[in-house]
Amino acid sequence: MMQTHARKLLVIIAEAALEKNLVRDARAFGAHGYTLSEVRGGGDRGDREATWEADRCIEMKVICGASVAERLAAHVLAAYAPNYAVTLFVTDVDVFRPQKF
Amino acid sequence: MDPIVLFFLLGIVARLAKSDLRLPEALYEALSIYLLLAIGIRGGVELAQQPIGAVLPHALSAIVMGAAIPFLVFPILLKVGKLPRADSASIAAHYGSVSVVTFAVALSFLLKNGVNAESHMPLLVALMEAPGIIAGILLARMGGPQRISWGPLAHEVLFGKSVLLLLGGLAIGATAGPQGVKPIEPLFMGLFKGVLALFLLEMGLVAGGRLADLRRTGAFLITFGVVAPLSLGALGALVGHLVGLSIGGSALLATLAASASYIAAPTAMRIAVPEANPALSIGLALGVTFPFNITIGIPLYLQLARWIGG
Repeated sequence: MMQTHARKLLVIIAEAALEKNLVRDARAFGAHGYTLSEVRGGGDRGDREATWEADRCIEMKVICGASVAERLAAHVLAAYAPNYAVTLFVTDVDVFRPQKF
Repeated sequence: MDPIVLFFLLGIVARLAKSDLRLPEALYEALSIYLLLAIGIRGGVELAQQPIGAVLPHALSAIVMGAAIPFLVFPILLKVGKLPRADSASIAAHYGSVSVVTFAVALSFLLKNGVNAESHMPLLVALMEAPGIIAGILLARMGGPQRISWGPLAHEVLFGKSVLLLLGGLAIGATAGPQGVKPIEPLFMGLFKGVLALFLLEMGLVAGGRLADLRRTGAFLITFGVVAPLSLGALGALVGHLVGLSIGGSALLATLAASASYIAAPTAMRIAVPEANPALSIGLALGVTFPFNITIGIPLYLQLARWIGG
């Protein structure tokens, strides 16, 4: 059995307009990496069907330590959630290479 | 009616009928890149043969008009429409900036009717993208406490794909010249109208999806979405005549003044004025003004330009 290490997976789903800010914030708060994908969906700020520029949504996954996840999430909630479509959640994951995250 | 407008209507019908028709995003992206480049190249080929002195007054008037339009419509939205400051400024920015596809439809309308226009009009499209957006941001922030970070915003607007590809196409066309572009002509000139038709089908699908937003925006904004392009179109035709543009050129400038941006402005305003509700400005630009311009507006602006110019 390989040894695993506990980390957090923070998932942020947001308007594509925020992509540059989110990438910058993730780095600034100490995340070592991130994964981005374009997604579709809907919520109380309307539907985003990714059919044109202002209608796109991204999902950002960040695997990091608990304190980084907490500070990044708090920042995203304070800075963007009041005016932008933002969904975020955090979950436990086990990684194999602790130095990478 | 021009078949390209019928493509647009087909898109709206498909959307309202809840059809499963959906153009892949990659195709939308490819078509819009094609249109921007084609418009740029077409203008660039002939721009190279023009003296800069002839272009300058037209370029300046386009920039000034783009910056002035938000200041004209903002008080109406704020005072008459009783909209919040942020929303008024954001909508004003959309109208100050321009819609390239509306311009493309006007261009094809002029071609169909055998009306000539100055070859440097695509340059004016590129020049009119940014001033309205900057004016809108200033209007939103006047007297407000927040600082604006202009750096990233300038990058967003100046190196965004519409300005980059329009100016890039102009440069390619001007450098290569008429002989140089011959080999790429079948793609960029010959297929232009067919691609525009396909793009308008997609625009119909998108605009149809925005119609639902209008139910919440109310009668004032819907009226604004028709009256604003009419008045701004008249202003554009008048300015075009005063700076010495031909009838075709004046009709195109009128179309630019009347059009509302739905690519550059929404993205820029979303970042610069986050408290503005994007459903209002986009619903208005795409759901009311864009369909109005391509069906009724453009023929009207040509008539207006003929009337003022003749």
